[in-house]
Amino acid sequence: MAGTGDAHLRGSDADILLRVDDLVVEFPVGRTGLKVHAVSGISFDIARGETLGLVGESGCGKSTTRRAVMQLPEPTSGAVTFEGRELTSLSRSEMREARTHMQMIFQDPISSLNPRRKVRDIVLEPLHIWKKGTKAERETLVDKVLEDVGIDPERAKTSQAHEFSGGQCQRISIARALVLDPALIICDEPVSALDVSVQAQVINLLEDLKERYGLTLVFIAHDLAVVKNISDRVAVMYLGKLCEVGPSDELYRQPLHPYTNLLLASIPVPDPEAEALPHEVVGEPPSPVLPPSGCRFHPRCPNAQDRCSAEEPKLREMGEGHFVACHFPVEGIVSWDETVLARQVTADGRAHDARDEPITVGGNATTPVPDSGG
Amino acid sequence: MTQSSRTAIRPGDTSRTDSDGPLLEVKDLQTHFKTSRGMVRAVDGVTFTLERGKALGVVGESGSGKTVLARTIMGLLPRQNVHTAGSVRFGDLDLLGRSAREMRPLWGTEMAMVFQDPMSSLNPLMRIGKQITEPLRFHMGMGKSDALATAERLLRDVRIPEPARRLRQYPHELSGGMRQRVMIAIALACGPNMLFADEPTTALDVTVQAQILDLIDEQRRDRNMAVILVTHDLGVVANYTDEIAVMYAGRLVEKAPTKTLFADMKMPYTKALLRSIPKLDLPSHTRLATIPGRPPDLVNPPQGCRFAPRCAYARDRCTQEEPPLITADDPQHTFACWFPVGSPEHRARDEELAAAGNVALTPKDAS
Repeated sequence: MAGTGDAHLRGSDADILLRVDDLVVEFPVGRTGLKVHAVSGISFDIARGETLGLVGESGCGKSTTRRAVMQLPEPTSGAVTFEGRELTSLSRSEMREARTHMQMIFQDPISSLNPRRKVRDIVLEPLHIWKKGTKAERETLVDKVLEDVGIDPERAKTSQAHEFSGGQCQRISIARALVLDPALIICDEPVSALDVSVQAQVINLLEDLKERYGLTLVFIAHDLAVVKNISDRVAVMYLGKLCEVGPSDELYRQPLHPYTNLLLASIPVPDPEAEALPHEVVGEPPSPVLPPSGCRFHPRCPNAQDRCSAEEPKLREMGEGHFVACHFPVEGIVSWDETVLARQVTADGRAHDARDEPITVGGNATTPVPDSGG
Repeated sequence: MTQSSRTAIRPGDTSRTDSDGPLLEVKDLQTHFKTSRGMVRAVDGVTFTLERGKALGVVGESGSGKTVLARTIMGLLPRQNVHTAGSVRFGDLDLLGRSAREMRPLWGTEMAMVFQDPMSSLNPLMRIGKQITEPLRFHMGMGKSDALATAERLLRDVRIPEPARRLRQYPHELSGGMRQRVMIAIALACGPNMLFADEPTTALDVTVQAQILDLIDEQRRDRNMAVILVTHDLGVVANYTDEIAVMYAGRLVEKAPTKTLFADMKMPYTKALLRSIPKLDLPSHTRLATIPGRPPDLVNPPQGCRFAPRCAYARDRCTQEEPPLITADDPQHTFACWFPVGSPEHRARDEELAAAGNVALTPKDAS
């Protein structure tokens, strides 16, 4: 995969709320001098009122991107422009203020709420910190927002987070994000911890609130069906890079990147008669410490050719608003089976690379580095 | 793994469960927890059988009792403040009411479990090799080098590259998918006849999820091992089970062979669960069908059908009389509903709902 480039960014005529240019986030690996290349040159933009879905597997840099946008911590390089302001140049207090316009919702709704406080106080706190309105105004607003997300304010006054179900806790988190009237809400896997029935309720709620509060959403998730449902545009990430960006329906109708095809084919279809699409793939994502050369997906890609390991593809337009970073984009689903079988027989060096698993080096338990022993 | 290598793991096996008849027979199983609020009826009268080598999917929302059901059968619940009744027959053995000491010879060798979170189910301070060889040495009486060789073969079976090196590593050095493979290798180590997989892929990425489900399925076939796959996702069970049991509020509300269930679901609850899954073939921003409210309090379950308060098709009878499990056209298909999908009352209500514009019809439903 993929690639760098900014061909997919829209010009100044669109009403762009958030624009990220060539975002790079790297973390040092202990004292080894190595770096984890968490995000390597990502660019994207979001128009006001739009929902952008960000999909990819664990470790592809989705959450790091989210944190870098919020400047928590600041990215290694790159620019983040929000409401016309360059966030990387803001002072700490200016940044604190700017963050009130961009709120977050997290994956685990229960642990993102303080277990010792009444949930209404949790929702009230942002208003209190920013001294918005009088006490009475704050309370009226909080009750209204709680009503809007479907939580009884009276119950919220006397109850703590553990007295609510996971779906209700997620509603409370949404209420907390809403009280400061943000322009942008970044949802990081907001429904992946929920039951399918509750998941549907929360997605519908987000759609309603987006309308009512005039929100712009970034929706980060690994579930492609959920992302398709809620997003206007979808960006697919792999190992710190963008593979494919496009309008939701178009991208799912005609996925061009082999990685997008793999993700789509892996979704379990709730129909026993449906023929399972070939979804075997070689290994797991390689280490972001020493990412593969050229296209980062090439060691696992069934279409890979010599060019892919030598030259990094740039995002280019293949359909209306549909961009892909691939030298050999696909039409329709690739036959993963045959490729994988061939790989297993030959077990050449390239396939072997792909199987390298993250291991760790001295003292830094969470940072993967590639295997040297092989 | 092949049949021959399995017998190598279990030399001279004379299992007490190798008799004919179903492997597992659960009859009117009840598991109630004594709490300060009263008795929680987590599992309330569940009956089913499972044949050797078959895969059963147990589906339901959080709090439907599916995990408690699996743990009751495995004998993994504490004895204090837990009341169980009914019967669980595993081969020729009666499992219910056995102490942990009495169950221990069965855990691993006869039945094993794979849990949702592979990180917290592995011992972080123990090398992978030690964790796999432990049951081999304890149950099979293998020597150290034999056990290590078997462990390496098991890791290869679950498609872990460079198994010899992995044996010397700690859980934190592996990715989530690899850890779940290690969990499966441990569960398979002593060649169990039955494997419980409790939400085995919920913590994993979609590509890894597909790999793990494929792996469990392949091992089931190779070993003629029964699998009980517990999940909230109907999409997961559709392609990996022979039969599906849908649970709601501690009860089994519908059970059928997988294909029959998807072709002809009778319970409005099953249908609602299926509908709430976002579909790839629907355009974006399609309104998702939801199930309003949430599962009932199991201390005071509602009268009549327990799903009635959330059911769009409920009528007076539903809130008064509890529907029994009845048999559908397919004798293996049972369900508990007074007005099942396809009944005149259900169709009439469907038309009302469609007229009111309340239901997001999927293309399949509309046809």
